[in-house]
Amino acid sequence: MNIDFASIEMLFYLAGAVAVIASLKVVTQKNTVHALLYLVVSLLAVAVCFYLLGAPFAAGLEVIVYAGAILVLFVFAVMMFGLSVDETLHAPQSRGVAVWVGPMLLASLLLLELLFAIDSIDIQQKLTANIVDARQVGKLLYGSYLLAVEIASFLLLAGLVAGYHYAKPDSDMHSVLHSQHKKNNPRSS
Amino acid sequence: MTAIPLAHVLMLASILFAIGFMGVIVRKNTLFMLMSLEVMLNAVGVAFIGAGSYWQQADGQVMFILILTLAAAEVAVGLALLIRLQHKYQSLDIDKLNSMQG
Repeated sequence: MNIDFASIEMLFYLAGAVAVIASLKVVTQKNTVHALLYLVVSLLAVAVCFYLLGAPFAAGLEVIVYAGAILVLFVFAVMMFGLSVDETLHAPQSRGVAVWVGPMLLASLLLLELLFAIDSIDIQQKLTANIVDARQVGKLLYGSYLLAVEIASFLLLAGLVAGYHYAKPDSDMHSVLHSQHKKNNPRSS
Repeated sequence: MTAIPLAHVLMLASILFAIGFMGVIVRKNTLFMLMSLEVMLNAVGVAFIGAGSYWQQADGQVMFILILTLAAAEVAVGLALLIRLQHKYQSLDIDKLNSMQG
């Protein structure tokens, strides 16, 4: 039995290996920002897996929503934490290339793989033969899954309200507490 | 039918899920726990897409989109809670929440 190294299976296993390695790095990393870098690579690897499984719409969503929006949310939150206080003191100082060479190698591996898959006519034929495209997804989403879409919109609204409520600065909370305190015992101040 | 066997897709999904679960259990930093939760949700998405492509149905991708919205809402609320935690305790250690006595 000879193994064809240029087949869809091999590309899928390679992307899966990249996803597993990057996820392990996410879990074991000390520094938050380095872990976020590896998380981006992991999500991109999973997106390549989706593409090879014949779901290019899901792959695009993975890149745009997960790697594009949710990870940026993470980065902004990390900036707001000011982790220089408790995290980066214990982590080794930035050593130039050594920080980003791992994620870059994994990401360039994924890029090479994707370019190879797009370039190879044989793989393209096999991929387009069993594709589940966005039209089918949209029909199903706004057909039999309409109620689920409505519930998801409620969920997003709840997330928006909760995020706004919790992340509000503490100042007005203090003033509310202070005024209540005054109301309860007016002679104290 | 795709060229990739369903069993291998499910294996990849379970390995990713196990890694994320390990992260949630082992790490003390709440931010890392949130990231591990992302990895776990992603693994579930891999399983759904694999099943959807195995049976050539779009249901898998629909479920993936719903998981995506769930992850977005979860991250928004979780990060807002973490910002509040950081303001209150100056730390992201999950053990600090022990004072809740819950």
